[in-house]
Amino acid sequence: MSKQADEKLYEKIDQVKQGGEPKYHAKAKEQNKLFVRDRLKMLFDDEFMVEDGLFANVMAGDLPADGVVTAIGKVNGQTVCVMANDSTVKAGSWGSRTVEKIIRIQETAEKMQVPLIYLVDSAGARITDQLEMFPGRRGAGRIFYNEVKLSGKIPQVCILFGPSAAGGAYIPAFCDIVIMVDKNASMYLGSPRMAEMVIGEKVTLEELGGARMHCSVSGCGDVLAANEEEAITAAREYLRFFPANYTQKPPVLEGKIPVSTAKDITALVPENQNAPFNVHDLIEALVDEGSFFEIKKLFAQELVTGLARLDGKPVGIIANQPRVKGGVLFVDSADKAARFITLCDAFSIPLLFLADVPGFMIGTAVERAGIIRHGAKMIAAMAEATVPKISVIVRKAYGAGLYAMASSAFEPDAVLALPGAQIAVMGPEAAVNAVYSNKIQEIEDPQERQAFIAQKRKEYQEDIDIYLLASNLIVDAIVPPAELRQELISRFSVYQGKNQLFSARKHPVYPV
Amino acid sequence: MKQVAANMAGTVFKVLVQAGDDVTAGQDLIVLESMKMEIPFAAEGAGKVAEVKVQVGDFVNEGDILVVLEE
Repeated sequence: MSKQADEKLYEKIDQVKQGGEPKYHAKAKEQNKLFVRDRLKMLFDDEFMVEDGLFANVMAGDLPADGVVTAIGKVNGQTVCVMANDSTVKAGSWGSRTVEKIIRIQETAEKMQVPLIYLVDSAGARITDQLEMFPGRRGAGRIFYNEVKLSGKIPQVCILFGPSAAGGAYIPAFCDIVIMVDKNASMYLGSPRMAEMVIGEKVTLEELGGARMHCSVSGCGDVLAANEEEAITAAREYLRFFPANYTQKPPVLEGKIPVSTAKDITALVPENQNAPFNVHDLIEALVDEGSFFEIKKLFAQELVTGLARLDGKPVGIIANQPRVKGGVLFVDSADKAARFITLCDAFSIPLLFLADVPGFMIGTAVERAGIIRHGAKMIAAMAEATVPKISVIVRKAYGAGLYAMASSAFEPDAVLALPGAQIAVMGPEAAVNAVYSNKIQEIEDPQERQAFIAQKRKEYQEDIDIYLLASNLIVDAIVPPAELRQELISRFSVYQGKNQLFSARKHPVYPV
Repeated sequence: MKQVAANMAGTVFKVLVQAGDDVTAGQDLIVLESMKMEIPFAAEGAGKVAEVKVQVGDFVNEGDILVVLEE
């Protein structure tokens, strides 16, 4: 071999690693975007990285690596596979080699049974290459097929740095979590220009498919990051909760006590069943300091979902939020819960339900939106979850809301209640109205009427007394609030050996 | 001008501010009652109340404006 050949190789490697033309680098910088290789450096623990297909499409000259970097590196010490679009090369668009490289890194992740991270920043298909990259067996459709096949097998994480347009929008859609960079990330099937041409709608990209919209309205985004660094840090933090694949257990870190400023649980939960409080305060008082990683924070805020640690061990929390919409379950919150429960169950993360729920929303608007169908989705996901699951009745659980929050009939490992808890078909006011409405109307004297209502409410309260429910073995324990954290730690540690097959069959007919 | 709107249907239970009041971020302005629950609506940022659009007992639908704030 000649020295010249060596030099030529070094030169070519260097050239390809520079990505697209300087003007595209300058444009990216203007948009506060990092170069793809700098993103990878930030994502990985250190310099270690194995890369394939560096010379993809090298003969074309102007398509370095064919616009995508596929690599293997380490995140939190765990080997992970990554595909990362290079938006300086033809706006990160997909040619045939781009697609082949993405498919291959998916196959590698499957063989190695390790997490796969998609760093997306792509304008979509190169129309000029459509025959080679669109319709065939190893065309772009295969990427989505593989994602579906890998779902639940290995963690799939998407960070969206720029656009994911048309078909490309399905890469994030099939991932377990989508982290979006505010202002830069977007996801849409048809661009604003197409929307104007085809349906006559005038709309900005941000309104149509911007990061904030997807994280707060459509629910396609899970985490809204202020910038690229924050997005990458979030992905690393998220992955700390997950095993490499579904056959392994999630990693355990050193336990920490809750933050010192956490409020006293007895004081923070109001006695009045109808008064609002912030369930984040309760979560903070229960979990290891700084461990709460909220998912879909801006979407359907009447229900809070997130990962946290109890004495170092991962747990998935589903909590009604009385501060927003009274903690009532809606179409979107049911959907949010179903998705989160499935995520935790797939990767052996135990579930903690913090129930304080007046029920599912009623009225024309939600019935038309299919609240029953969406509620069924949540109940099905919760019922099917075989990871250790504990339901805590914080204050109240009424109606189908009780069922959705993992009550006794759905085989949680335990239903715990705080001393002020109420479990019933409906609250005392509603129940007395429902049962005695004719009788109440008949009483003409207002004072007498009030006395009758008060008496009936009192009787109803006695009927749903938490000690009566415990006496009938409906709740497994009534726990002093100050001991709730320790009770949860003890219980999850005994349930961790749980091994349960839910039901032998091909798969359920999902109520979606 | 910033509008604080109802995010679900309900009845106005409490009006906690009046026009001209200075409010801080996170301060509750209106409490609705819906599904038997008290549902507070807070100011996102600091400002001055320009107009209160509702009275105790009013029925409001999702999207109805409750309070207008000047920033």
